[in-house]
Amino acid sequence: MTDAPAIELEGISTRFGTNIVHEGLGLTIATGEMVSLVGGSGSGKTTLLRHIIGLTRPAAGRVLLFGEPLLDGDIREQRERRRRFGVLFQQGALFSALNVEQNIGFPLRELDIATEAEIRDLIAQKMGMVELEPEHALLMPAELSGGMVKRVALARSLVLEPELLLLDEPTAGLDPERSAGFIRLIRSLHERLHLTVVLVTHDIDTLVALSTKIAVLADRRIVSYAGLNDTLKVDHPFIQSFFGGEQGRRAMARHGEN
Amino acid sequence: MQPQREAIPRIETDGVRGGALRLTGDWTLRSLSPCIRRVRRMLNAADASRDWTLEGITRLDSFGATMLWRAWGRRWPERLAIRPEHRTIIDEIARSTAAPLPTPAPYDIADLLVVIGRAVFGFGNHALDFVRLIGQLCIDLLYLLRYPREWPLREVSANVFKVGVKAMPVAALVGFLIGVVLSYLSALQLQAFGADIFIVNILGLGIIRELGPVLVSILVAGRSGSAMTAQLGVMRVTEEIDALAAMGISRSLRLVLPKVIALSLAMPLLVLWTSGIALLGGMLSAWVQMDLSPGFFIETLPTVVPIANLYIGLAKGLVFGFLIALVACHFGLRVKPNTESLSTNTTASVVSSITIVILVDAVFAIATRSIGVPL
Repeated sequence: MTDAPAIELEGISTRFGTNIVHEGLGLTIATGEMVSLVGGSGSGKTTLLRHIIGLTRPAAGRVLLFGEPLLDGDIREQRERRRRFGVLFQQGALFSALNVEQNIGFPLRELDIATEAEIRDLIAQKMGMVELEPEHALLMPAELSGGMVKRVALARSLVLEPELLLLDEPTAGLDPERSAGFIRLIRSLHERLHLTVVLVTHDIDTLVALSTKIAVLADRRIVSYAGLNDTLKVDHPFIQSFFGGEQGRRAMARHGEN
Repeated sequence: MQPQREAIPRIETDGVRGGALRLTGDWTLRSLSPCIRRVRRMLNAADASRDWTLEGITRLDSFGATMLWRAWGRRWPERLAIRPEHRTIIDEIARSTAAPLPTPAPYDIADLLVVIGRAVFGFGNHALDFVRLIGQLCIDLLYLLRYPREWPLREVSANVFKVGVKAMPVAALVGFLIGVVLSYLSALQLQAFGADIFIVNILGLGIIRELGPVLVSILVAGRSGSAMTAQLGVMRVTEEIDALAAMGISRSLRLVLPKVIALSLAMPLLVLWTSGIALLGGMLSAWVQMDLSPGFFIETLPTVVPIANLYIGLAKGLVFGFLIALVACHFGLRVKPNTESLSTNTTASVVSSITIVILVDAVFAIATRSIGVPL
């Protein structure tokens, strides 16, 4: 185990045509944190997440995961590095041709280390972890509800025992009760597996309930990276409107009660 | 990155047969991966009846836990020393694997019957759907006759451009090469009999009546038919078709009809274009190969190939275009929201439209056997 931060972003700049999304953005996330990335629509949250995953490359700047650039070295080394993080995409991104069991087991079968019996054990354990019943194993993604899709996708992202979990809008599209259940699930996983979690979210309830730190993306850079209480003290128009709105105040009140 | 030295998973024995086993290091997926064979060998040699000391394990994840649980024969060893946090991990594996995951039922003879039955009913279902689509198009046409302002003219025009104009270069290239090849091969045979000038008859009849329409149909089925199926399929996946229906806009009127009309219009023109280019290729080849002057070729063509052949070729183009678009839309609307269904339906669309075109071409050949053939 190295002590390098889970994620280091240095001087990230991103452009889409003439539209500048990030400019000289920097952020360092220590291991074990549970970080919410917030920002207005079109502020480049998902783009930043895609830089971290290595799906896109910034026009300038460096992305380091566990102290190493993601795209260094040969294909095997890159793959090794990618296995250290799991990603939950916004729509789940389940393989629609595979059933639930095959979806969850896919990364393990690709890795080709575990035996078939062990893989089935691990799938059963992951399904239990995300509160899916064993009889759901043979369902196809098209037969699942939105909440179940997210839980299957979460199980798949956890199956390689990642140290870092990246969640894109984990509670979007879930009803409040499902969303609260999903939040509890992620929090308990964070505590039990000692994961570093980075989530992109719009939902103040999710953010307040989950994060140990909040990174606010505005004006093309990270304007604040701190715990909830310190974030609230930052004098920035986006932060004031984001947390000061009706929904924000209600979420704070609920958080205060708990 | 290599795991550090103390993190390598190890199994140490006392050296005595049946003695205690001490497990140390990281028992995680990452650190087990490089030495999985060695660890498996040692675990296989061990059994649950020995003394297991797991207190030296620094990190344990569910993969390591599964390996141990399997090595123990899915029960706790009698003599086990383990940290409590690691015990909970193994305990979780034990609990979640108590009830095995369901497996799909294996195939047997009865399933064969089911497969055949499904295929038969599936075909019936397809036929029914196809007839329904044609019926819907007729209703749409009647509706448009009553409300002529609602003709989807812009869509038709856009589709004519997409399936017709944009297909011209590739159709020309294929047509030209086929004309050259056909002319060259026929010339070799004809020269042997001294029947050089019949090259005009062969090329004229063959290309205008038969080869032009079929060639273009196969090209268009592969090019535009597949595109139509995929487009409608993805629109179904992304619920765009439902959105149209929710706005009260008929999907057949706005999506299917323009495609069918556009392809029925564009195909005869494409046939004309391709046949013309193919004849040009044949003519040039005959000039080079047999010294048959283009002037003579052009002069002879109308006298040996009755004009009825051109009409048959154009009629074929229209019918084939209509069928290709209809088949493509039929399969496109049957796509279910998953990738597998999209690929199956696109394949089925192209294969069916080519097959149907060739079948209908045979029907044409029989129906028009006494028309346009000089005796």
